[in-house]
Order: sequence, then structure tokens, then C-alpha cells
Amino acid sequence: MFIVKYIKEVFNAVKSLLVGLRRTGYYFTHHKEIITQQYPDNRDTLHFPDRFKGEVVMPHNENNEHRCTGCTACELACPNGTIKVITQFDITPEGKKKKAIDKLVYHLELCTMCNLCIIACPSDAIVMAQTFEHSVFDRSELTKILNNPGSKIMEGVE
Amino acid sequence: MVEEIGTTEEGDLIINVGPQHPATHGVLHLVITLNGETIKKVEPHLGYIHRSIEKMCESLTYRQFIYVTSRMDYLSAHINNHACALCVEKGLQVEIPPRAQVIRVLMDELTRIASHELWWGAMAMDLGAFTPFFHAFRERETINDIMEETCGARLTMNYMVPGGVMADLHPNFQKKVKEFITLYKLKIKEYDELVTGNIIFQNRMKGVGYLSAEDAISYGCTGPTARGSGVSCDIRKLYPYEVYDKLEFDEVLETEGDSFARYMVRLGEMNQSIKIIEQLIDNIPEGDFQAKTKVVLKLPKGEFYSRVETARGELGVYIVSEGGSTPYRIKFRSPGFSNLSALDHMARGHLLGDLVAMMGTLDLVIPDIDR
Repeated sequence: MFIVKYIKEVFNAVKSLLVGLRRTGYYFTHHKEIITQQYPDNRDTLHFPDRFKGEVVMPHNENNEHRCTGCTACELACPNGTIKVITQFDITPEGKKKKAIDKLVYHLELCTMCNLCIIACPSDAIVMAQTFEHSVFDRSELTKILNNPGSKIMEGVE
Repeated sequence: MVEEIGTTEEGDLIINVGPQHPATHGVLHLVITLNGETIKKVEPHLGYIHRSIEKMCESLTYRQFIYVTSRMDYLSAHINNHACALCVEKGLQVEIPPRAQVIRVLMDELTRIASHELWWGAMAMDLGAFTPFFHAFRERETINDIMEETCGARLTMNYMVPGGVMADLHPNFQKKVKEFITLYKLKIKEYDELVTGNIIFQNRMKGVGYLSAEDAISYGCTGPTARGSGVSCDIRKLYPYEVYDKLEFDEVLETEGDSFARYMVRLGEMNQSIKIIEQLIDNIPEGDFQAKTKVVLKLPKGEFYSRVETARGELGVYIVSEGGSTPYRIKFRSPGFSNLSALDHMARGHLLGDLVAMMGTLDLVIPDIDR
């Protein structure tokens, strides 16, 4: 019967549209299930996981000491030439020459946050920070020197 | 082989879709020959997002080149990295610890669900339905949060390293994945209610973009595109890697070969991925997450090939080594490139509006096609 089949098809078609509309209507009336975030307003309460890869930083302790020995493992591990280690020779109290970092230059604009430098570092001197708002007004601000001025290597780190 | 329908005559209209066009999901350029509104020929022009990844990899070491491949098929970045790690491990003859294998498979399947979810939303958006896009992103966000916690990134994770994975699983991982499975099973019904059962959607998909099994094989289609035509080509089944041979899951096959069949294959694959995750999530073996490897990896002289099943099809990684610490040559066999080549065959004789639906069901990721 052609006409019965036709009416059935029309009925099923209207039913399928109503089923979809019911779902849309459900979310229209249930505001609690909205999951979007109001980003710039919720900056204070934003939470990032510990492993989030935002930017490479070098932690310093309260005496302005870091753990970097200047071994250049991170520089060799980096695929993009993001890190440049500039070394100098310190004179230890015993009068010996000791290799230490002068500057650890980090080009944020080249970094892809691949984490290879962090796992290559033998003394855990660099870690990933949970920052993500990296926009600046001038490109030169993206080239950072990770060690603080006047900082020294921590006692006991080889 | 130029058929009569493919030749340009007087009165034909040649239009450009892309490189900047909302329907192409990237910088794909299609030159379409039209007779009225009927498609006579589709000619994809590539090269707008060519970054010469294969050449770049030749100057990077075996540890470094893996992160670049996240930028090929960015929606299944994990699986791309997995293929590269597998290929390097084949050369190094390293045995991967069982825990690392299970973690890799778990991450692969989560990535597959995330990728298919984004495809589902984007394809419905191509057809004019905007709401499904947000429904899909809501569930995908949960996976992204899981990835962010364990891998530290949401899209380009770089979590696989030769010999295992970069870090151990986050303590919250199992709990969050179980939460996701519960949420997914609740929400997947909405997908059917909103889109699959919809009469407008079905009429636009059924009988459109037919690809026979023979054509799918001869064009080199893989993944859901070929499985929609009834070609069994799941690498996880045919050439199992990691722990896939010990798992119970079905290869989703549809025989119709039209756009709707490809749609149903992808929806079925999401359910199979959930099945795999359910089998593994409580049985993660204890132990190391990384095998011990040397600091500088050197592959022996020779050629190595590995293949995995990404969300789009078969990804092959071919490394030629001269014995040094960098590859002499790398070739990627990307699934998107071969799948796109079948578009011309599918689209001939159909209307221009249906081309968008066909491109949607091919699940094109342009950086994967162009590399």
C-alpha cells in the first residue's frame, strides 16, 4: 500500500525531528548543565594540573641559588634551538677553575613545550611552569634569561 | 583515465572552494568543474600548509623528531607519536615494558574517541546543524582534561618516547577515565537522538558519495573510509601491535559504501574504543613505564617500517638509517592523502551541496594530507 507507507514515512520523519528538538529543549531549560567558563573573569580561580607545560623556568631558592651546572644537556635535547647555555669559569675557594653558567637564554617564541629539555636535565634545574598568557608588546620580551642576576649554583649539586 | 564526464566543455563553470573556506576545515583548495549544479570534476590542490616535515625530521635526532609528527594529524597526535616510537624501537630492538604498552593503548583509544567526537561535531556543522558541535566538544573536553593531567598538554602531547612513555600515569587517571566512560554512555544516546535519527540528516547522507569496495582498495583508502565500503583494513586486527592482539573488540564494517555507512562506522568505532578502555583500565600492570635506553639513540644501518591505525586510517612510518643519530630519510604514509584522492571519484555526478557532506565523512585533516 503506497499511501500507508507514505504516511508512515512522514510520521517517522516528524517524530525524528521532535526527538531532536526535545533534547535541544532539555538543555534550553536546564542551565545547570552549562559547562563553559567565563575566562578573563575567572582568572583567580583557574586551576592547572601540575604537569601542564606552559613555559620553562629555573626555580631559585631563598638564597638566590639554582641547580644548573651548565652541562648543556637541555641545549642538545632541544629540537628548535630554544635554549642557549652561556658558560663561564668560576674560581672556587680552593683556587680551582669550575664550569658554571653565566646565562641560560630561553627563547619562548621558538619553544614548542615538548618537555624534552626537562627530562634531559640530570640535576632537575629547569621545570615547566603553569603559565599560559604569553602575549607581549615587543618580540624581544620573549627572549628570557632564566637564571636570576647574581645567582649561584646550589651546594652539593654536581 | 579521463572519462567523458570529466572533460571541460563550453558552458561549464569552474569554481574554487578554498583555500579559505569554512567547509574545507583548513587550507584545502578544491577546483570544481560544474555543469549547472552537478559536479563534473573535483581537483584538490595541495601545498598551502606544506611544512616539509619529512625533511625537517632528517636533521633531528630520533628522540627529537617525534614531537614534530604531532603537527601532522593534530587530532590524533598520540597515535602519530606512537607510530614513530614503534619504528625507532623496531630499529633499536628494545622490549617495551607491559605497563608502557597498556598506557600507550589507553591513550591511543582516548585520542581516537576525542578525534571522532570532533569529527562528529564538525560534520554536523558542515551540514548546517550547529548545536551538535557543542555537544561533541563537551565530551571531548573531558578527554582533554585527562590528557592535560597526565601528558601536560591538550593537543600536541608528545607523550610517547622511544622505549615507553615520558611520565607515569597521573594518580587521578583511572578515576577520571571511569568518570568519562559513565558520562560517555549517558551522552552517546543524545548523539543518535540529535543527528543519526534525524530525517534531514539521513536523506542527505544515504546514497550520497558511493565508493565501492574495489574503488576503495584501488584508491588506497584506509580506516573508516574503506571500512564503510566493507573493506577489512583495521591494522589493530590485521597486524596487531602492543597489546591489541590480547583485547576483545570488533572491527566495525558497513557494506553500503555511502556517506551514511562511513558515519555509522565512526560511531561504532567510538563504542569499540570504549570497550577497549573498559578492558584495560582496571588491568594496568605494575612496573616501569619506560625501558632503559641510551641517551643518544643510534639506529643500525637499514630500513624500518611501522604502521598503526590512527583515527583516519593507516599511518606508516618508514625510516632509512645510515647508522647515525639522525635518520637519512623519513617517509610518512598518511591516511588523509589517500582518502582525499577518492573524493573526485565519489563526487562526480552529485550536487555541489553534497560535496560538503562527502568531505565531512572523509574526516580530512589538512596538515596530515600536506605534511
